[in-house]
Amino acid sequence: MSSKRFGRLAVGLVAAGLVAAACNTGGGASKGTVNMAINPWVGYEADAAVVAYLLEEELGYTVEKKVLAEDVSWQGFESGEVDVILENWGHPALEQEYITEKGVAVDGGSTGNVGIIGWYVPAWMVEEYPDITSWENLNKYAELFKTSESGDLGEFLGTDPSYVQYDEALIENLGLDFAVRFSGSEAATVEAIKQSVEQELPLLFYWWDPHWLNAQVELVRIDLPPYEAGCDEDLEAIECDYPETDLNKILRKEFADEGGDAATLIKNFNWTNEDQNLVADYITNQDMTAEEAGKKWVEENESVWQAWMP
Amino acid sequence: MTAAVLSLGRSRLPGSRGLWLAALAIASAVLYVAFAGQWTLPHDNDAPTFERFLDLRSWVDANRNSNIVLVVVVTAARTILGALYEGLYAVLAAASWPGLTAIGAAAGLLVGGWRLAALMATGFLSFGVLGLWERSVETLALTLAAVAISLAIGIPIGILAGRSDRFYGAIRPILDAMQIMPTFAYLAPITMFFLIGPTSAAVVTVIYAMPPAIRITALGIRGVAPASVEAARSLGATGRQLLAKVQLPMARRTIVLAINQTIMMALSMVVITALVDAPGLGKNILGAIVSHNVGRGFDAGLAIVIMAIMLDRFTTQVSERLDPGRPDAARPTVGPWLRRIAIGGALAVTAAAVALGVTEFPEDLNFSFAGPVNSAVDWISLNLFFATFAFKEGVTYALINPLEHVFTTAPWWLVTGVIAGIALLIGGLRLAIITLVCLLGIVALEMWEHSMETLVQVLVAMILTLVIGVALGILAARSDRFSAVLRPLLDFAQTMPAFVYLLPAVALFLAVRFTGIVAAVIYAIPPVVRLVEIGIRTVPPAVREAGVSSGATPLQLLRKVELPVALPALLVAVNQGIVMVLAMVVVGGLVGAGGLGYDVVAGFQRRDFFGEGLAAAIAIVLLGIMLDRITQSAGSQRRAAAGAAVGHAA
Repeated sequence: MSSKRFGRLAVGLVAAGLVAAACNTGGGASKGTVNMAINPWVGYEADAAVVAYLLEEELGYTVEKKVLAEDVSWQGFESGEVDVILENWGHPALEQEYITEKGVAVDGGSTGNVGIIGWYVPAWMVEEYPDITSWENLNKYAELFKTSESGDLGEFLGTDPSYVQYDEALIENLGLDFAVRFSGSEAATVEAIKQSVEQELPLLFYWWDPHWLNAQVELVRIDLPPYEAGCDEDLEAIECDYPETDLNKILRKEFADEGGDAATLIKNFNWTNEDQNLVADYITNQDMTAEEAGKKWVEENESVWQAWMP
Repeated sequence: MTAAVLSLGRSRLPGSRGLWLAALAIASAVLYVAFAGQWTLPHDNDAPTFERFLDLRSWVDANRNSNIVLVVVVTAARTILGALYEGLYAVLAAASWPGLTAIGAAAGLLVGGWRLAALMATGFLSFGVLGLWERSVETLALTLAAVAISLAIGIPIGILAGRSDRFYGAIRPILDAMQIMPTFAYLAPITMFFLIGPTSAAVVTVIYAMPPAIRITALGIRGVAPASVEAARSLGATGRQLLAKVQLPMARRTIVLAINQTIMMALSMVVITALVDAPGLGKNILGAIVSHNVGRGFDAGLAIVIMAIMLDRFTTQVSERLDPGRPDAARPTVGPWLRRIAIGGALAVTAAAVALGVTEFPEDLNFSFAGPVNSAVDWISLNLFFATFAFKEGVTYALINPLEHVFTTAPWWLVTGVIAGIALLIGGLRLAIITLVCLLGIVALEMWEHSMETLVQVLVAMILTLVIGVALGILAARSDRFSAVLRPLLDFAQTMPAFVYLLPAVALFLAVRFTGIVAAVIYAIPPVVRLVEIGIRTVPPAVREAGVSSGATPLQLLRKVELPVALPALLVAVNQGIVMVLAMVVVGGLVGAGGLGYDVVAGFQRRDFFGEGLAAAIAIVLLGIMLDRITQSAGSQRRAAAGAAVGHAA
């Protein structure tokens, strides 16, 4: 019995001590906190790694990284939980809602990266079937792309649902004998591409640049009818390739106006696809953490980032 | 009216069931040949139902701050959850790694003895060794916070449900929906109320983890022997006295099991909640997927597995010590002096660690499985692909494609009629009506085609799960050594988040329906193996000996004696397995399985698909309730029949 009482008393004492210790968390002086959405792809993380490193080490801010899907990130502008989305791939519906209608977010300017979306095949297919790169010849090869999933048609590997895409309409309007099968995620597409290269499995798929995988495997873009301004107005009737997307930053309105040096740095942030691919390569293939990758790039490219400083 | 339906529900059709089944099969085959390709309900992404759901969300969006009661309730819940998580995290973090390890070991010693103490200590240390101390503590704090809330709400509701049949009947569909509805469907809207981060994570975890707390508590209260209740009543105990003095103490052990299940459910939410920035190990796993580093994800997954095993064994021990049937239950595991030393030692270590400010786990002791795991995965996906690919092709062409063809080209009324007919034969009118309501609900949701695709995948996953699970269960029942080797592997399969092995699965099978099925099979196999093993092991020795002495070969013994006796357990396994397979439908959507899973993922990722995602999620719930009720009914009948057979044989 006494053992029990002793135990309870002692547990109580230490618990109280722990609470006291827990409350005594010190914090260094910071110029403020920047809430940065991290959308789940490596290119975005590369941007975030460099910008966060500069904000923390050069300007003395605290950066709160929040891993979020795109839709949830935009919601964060309204609740004040997100200050910045660093790489926005053109979401007209979200821009309309949060920038135009609710007025809680603003365009923070280009990142300098150009997003190129399109249809791709692995390079070994082009060596074997040189004329496959033109969309007009795709039907000739449809048989090749048949899989257990696509019935009598050739398979087109569609992408993550959150990306801008209209492959089903394109296939229909161009009269191609293909069926879209959705990979469901970027990660699944990457695995499928890797295997199509390693095992020489035919694969026609939705893909884009900048992406770190492009440095590892050689992929060739299919020539669809070229994009012309306005040809993507009616997505049901579309017959042309994807446009090049100017990737931009989106800032919370209040942060853009009152965010001081942090907001200025983010607005000025501007680099090339090669820069981004390099940092993305550090993270994926050289096993660095985002912090290490950001640090390495910043140390080696001072002339580039000096121009962004407030 | 109700009485009439109920009595009809229990009535059976006249004549042999086999005859009716044959008639149903022939009639449906004829109707299929006659009408294939007609009255199908092809999927339409712009169905009006989806628009209405989207409008509903916009309406909630626009009005969420106008209802003052809602605002007060949400704000209060947010504050409580936030404070609970922050408080737990702060205390656990302050205890530091030497402190938590010592406290865990001491608690293990007091509850279960030396083995449990060793497990707890090794477990805590392994978080540090894996280099995941802080993340593990975050996950532990979030899990404990969610579990505390689940129990605080769930146990009282469970007590009510245990005492009132009508109340339990009324909440059962709600509990089903909470458990089967994919979290993806409501994760984004929830963050509008509970904000990004731990509070939203705790809310969705509570939604998923609370139903078992309620169900098992109700079961415990119901399980109290009627004689005890009667005795207390006849002594003049009031309702409250009865609860406090008889029902609760006697149900204590079952309630601890409820805690155990709630913890396991909460741990399975770690990765999904990381999608709204929940702190913890889920972040590492998502990060590993994004950067295609399977090995890094494996480390974090392993930490989750270890945490699950620690919490499982700990709560199981507590529950066993509360078992009134065990004579040594109340006896302390160690003597009073050792007790004092353990408590005192743990506290001294903690106090010393806090005083000295030990926080970081020494980096020299770190070990990561990332390298070896990555090499192994690379080697396997390069060299074994030919075999796995061929297996996928075989199952797809032999099972998935033909079944999907039939289900999607048959008229919707024919599929509905056949499934309802089967339900009628198995469980009577009541079951047939439930089935009909579920399937008509799917028609009304305009989700028919994708539901049929998903239904086929669920069926194929169940077939594979049963074939593999029964085989392993039989082997485990035959050999203690095999069983001992298998057990940790089963724990592993059940608690390792599917997200960790998703990428290797895609590498081996590509982004196809079969990959989703593989994830489902891995997740659903453990309970099937365990139930089959228990079922076969409980075959009374007398029955088995009778078989052996009458000259039965081992195979005959299995077929004629063991499997029939184990059949009820097998049907419970089917029932369990279906719920678990359904939980993986959404994961399938992430790796090319299409169907309802893809719609739900799309609904989470994109605002304009929200309506479609919600409709798909409700369709999953309807499929789940239908399959659950059908298999449960089959199980309960077989149990009764088998019980009679065993009694006869003995």
